[in-house]
Amino acid sequence: MSLIQEIDYGTPASRAEKTVRLVIDGTTIDVPEGTSVMRASMEAGIKVPKLCATDMVDAFGSCRLCLVEIEGRNGTPASCTTPVAEGMVVHTQTGRLKDIRRGVMELYISDHPLDCLTCAANGDCELQDMAGAVGLRDVRYGYEGHNHVKARDNGEANPRYMAKDESNPYFTYDPAKCIVCSRCVRACEEVQGTFALTIEGRGFDSRVSPGMHESFMNSECVSCGACVQACPTATLTEKSVIAIGQPEHSVVTTCAYCGVGCSFKAEMRGEEVVRMVPWKDGKANRGHSCVKGRFAWGYATHKDRILNPMVREKITDPWREVTWDEAFAHVAKEFRRIQYQYGKGAIGGITSSRCTNEETFLVQKLVRAGFGNNNVDTCARVCHSPTGYGLGKAFGTSAGTQDFDSVEHTDVVILIGANPTDGHPVFASRLKKRLRQGAKLIVIDPRRIDLVRSAHVEASHHLPLKPGTNVAVLTALAHVIVTEGLFDEAFIRERCDWSEFEDWASFVAEPAHSPEATEQFTGVPAEEVRGAARLYARGGNGAIYYGLGVTEHSQGSTTVMAIANLAMVTGNIGRPGVGVNPLRGQNNVQGACDMGSFPHELPGYRHISGAEVRDVFEKLWGVELNPEPGLRIPNMLDAAVDGTFRGIYIQGEDILQSDPDTRHVQAGLAAMECVVVHDLFLNETANYAHVFLPGSTFLEKDGTFTNAERRINRVRKVMSPKNGLADWEVTLKLAQAMGLNWAYSHPSQIMDEIALTTPSFASVSYKLLEEKGSVQWPCNEARPDGTPVMHLDGFVRGKGKFIRTEYVATDERSGPRFPLLLTTGRILSQYNVGAQTRRTDNVAWHAEDLLEIHPHDAEQRGIRDGDLVKLASRSGETALRAKITERVAPGVVYTTFHHPGTQANVITTDYTDWATNCPEYKVTAVQVSPSNGPTVWQREYDAQAAQSRRIATEAALEPAE
Amino acid sequence: MSPDKLRYQANQIATFFASQPEEEQVEGVADHINKFWDPRMRRQLFEIADQSTEGFKPMVVAALAKIRRPESVAG
Repeated sequence: MSLIQEIDYGTPASRAEKTVRLVIDGTTIDVPEGTSVMRASMEAGIKVPKLCATDMVDAFGSCRLCLVEIEGRNGTPASCTTPVAEGMVVHTQTGRLKDIRRGVMELYISDHPLDCLTCAANGDCELQDMAGAVGLRDVRYGYEGHNHVKARDNGEANPRYMAKDESNPYFTYDPAKCIVCSRCVRACEEVQGTFALTIEGRGFDSRVSPGMHESFMNSECVSCGACVQACPTATLTEKSVIAIGQPEHSVVTTCAYCGVGCSFKAEMRGEEVVRMVPWKDGKANRGHSCVKGRFAWGYATHKDRILNPMVREKITDPWREVTWDEAFAHVAKEFRRIQYQYGKGAIGGITSSRCTNEETFLVQKLVRAGFGNNNVDTCARVCHSPTGYGLGKAFGTSAGTQDFDSVEHTDVVILIGANPTDGHPVFASRLKKRLRQGAKLIVIDPRRIDLVRSAHVEASHHLPLKPGTNVAVLTALAHVIVTEGLFDEAFIRERCDWSEFEDWASFVAEPAHSPEATEQFTGVPAEEVRGAARLYARGGNGAIYYGLGVTEHSQGSTTVMAIANLAMVTGNIGRPGVGVNPLRGQNNVQGACDMGSFPHELPGYRHISGAEVRDVFEKLWGVELNPEPGLRIPNMLDAAVDGTFRGIYIQGEDILQSDPDTRHVQAGLAAMECVVVHDLFLNETANYAHVFLPGSTFLEKDGTFTNAERRINRVRKVMSPKNGLADWEVTLKLAQAMGLNWAYSHPSQIMDEIALTTPSFASVSYKLLEEKGSVQWPCNEARPDGTPVMHLDGFVRGKGKFIRTEYVATDERSGPRFPLLLTTGRILSQYNVGAQTRRTDNVAWHAEDLLEIHPHDAEQRGIRDGDLVKLASRSGETALRAKITERVAPGVVYTTFHHPGTQANVITTDYTDWATNCPEYKVTAVQVSPSNGPTVWQREYDAQAAQSRRIATEAALEPAE
Repeated sequence: MSPDKLRYQANQIATFFASQPEEEQVEGVADHINKFWDPRMRRQLFEIADQSTEGFKPMVVAALAKIRRPESVAG
């Protein structure tokens, strides 16, 4: 194994189709028109010295090191800013160039400390490399004059010297080492799109400044790491590199946070991670990252990780550590006992959207083949199950239609119920890049999210609807498109069922669906709706991106259908730049759905009632499968309370914190006789568990994740599992303990089984993934390279189906007792229930859940910023601190669910989507009032959690956390 | 599941199909429940509805004839 060194071509690739032929140092090369001479040289294998150029950002031409001579042209142009031309003859190394470069380097080094041996960048410093490349042997100027390098000159304080900024938990900024190449500033602008950095001062006083001469932590910096990656010296350096040293080998793997699925190089020393660096060839992220994937992996070695299996009789007992074999035997015995006593259907499982496809496949296989029922579900139940249902009905397949690259061809983006700068940051950066190039944006969201207006981005329309009125607004958009004749008739006639379209069109054209009629309850001005509809229908390539603000409603599935209708009626399906794009929440929630985690579906979204599909698996697995759909998560909890469901195997999912109506989840779990939690940490659900099986992190196993664009990416093991077994091995051994004759020795064999049984994965294998890096399903004989854009020549189901979408108000309404509407969401630095990110330095950004409340509502209640407030709904109450902000409209409050101390979900109700039982997280009627401490419920919860987490030791009992 | 919640969820499905073309309404409700409700939920549906269909939307009641009755063994 060695360190993967990506080639830096110096400037971005040209997209031109026409090629140009030129000669560089005697080598003839053809490159696309618009390519820089620097890039062309690199493609010819000739490295022109450079410092300010890197191919993640546009050419800048400031370092004067990359000069070349071109026959027939005067002077020594910078190769980074000079485009190639037909017949050009370039010389990159002449006596004149050598002298100039050596002179430039001499000047750079005259204001740079020479502590190379003890410098963190030693071995990874472009300045050092260039000094070597140009043959710098002497620095004639000395350090006596003005410099940024030393704190004191001749005993006097040097006003130009600035101490290191160590405020960011993950990297340092050492101005003494800065060569003012501006790569960090440009990375922040061009790649991340935050514009947090600038160059302050002029001439010799120039230096990099976060915000207005602030520390990194106090600036707008979002800690994505792009600047650190771009820095050619040790000016911006990961603290982990400072602590450990340079990595010696690296492995390409996939981030285990959100559904963007960024590819990273895990840069290692032995089995220790030195840093995670985004991989330029990663097709989802194209070399970019966010604070979570780049830096927040410390949880993998956190002291809270449980490394030994544990068992207990009652949940009031302390945990008792046991061997793996004892744990498996205990679970097998208990599950079989429960089935014998209460029936085959009395147990079930939950697959993890954080685990790999292979692991998920095994859990559902264990349930179907081992438990003999279909009681298997996954966290998509509480996030994107309506996407599965709605898109399945409309298009015939339940996944996003595009790849992320598609956004580069989009002209108009509709963003609904998603906040990508927090939830899907790397996609947000790619979107912002496109918006800065001129694409238009329509935001449909009750909150004024960052994308409504931020640096160099402004939405053309923001439709700040009242929570719960999505269907009304989307149907009103359709009303405008139909009644103003903005639809794409040719597309509809060719791709959709015309009579269904006519039926739907007459429905949406009813005056009751007009923007004017719906304005009174959606709160969105009719003119804004009309403007947005016209823009989307006629603004060029229109793409819809949406998140959980669409699905987590009692009309979630209806909203997804309304989105599909909009895309079809405007012909925005089936080519790059358009489409319907659900932004999936967890890293492998797409994969978990694909792998048959739903109780009614076998892998590949095939209903369990189909005899032919069952037959495929029955033959392979040698068992008879139950043709009846199983229980969904909320149904399991209901059945547990009823006494018909008594045991559950939960892999990598914390339903007590993440699922709605915490008290109901508690009651369900408490009613069970054998709750098996398989996780990294003693999570909240484990408070009610009888068996704890320690899990492994994404760094400790092989497998695949499938991201929101259906991309199957490899996850590669870089260290041994600290708990001894990878998660797939745990499920495997549990299955064996239950008498199943499974024999897998590597996850690739599981993928082979998936490919064998699931047509959309037919050609997928680890060998193919090695060759291609990644593929997007469907990947089969018809599409051996995978499918970046779906529904190219027609819909998967045949004709696209228009479905009537009648708005039905949720029964969760504000009233005198609960006059405000609570909506919940996420924040950039934390992930889901926070089990991982809370165990990293990301808590520096978000140490607790806050309640966002409008100044008007706060004032009425006598609430000041930072006050502890009580948040109450008909389900329960909790206390948290208030943050007064105009991001939320009057009448709406907002919070996150990252911290168990707050347990936002004790507030949320048991209302669910009509079709899928996806909970209505996004609308809860609440009241907010000043508070002077945690609620009774919070105190009781904390006491129960503390008691439940005790682990028996030989001498005494002590809390685990 | 509490009978109220079960009635509520069945009625929610009917509410969606109420806006669909007429020929798809009752069929849609029945098909949806057959596809997504596990046998014990359907059993409970019949236990309640066989006693009294009060509280159920007419479309749910009409769909009952097309909803698969589960066998009596636990599911």
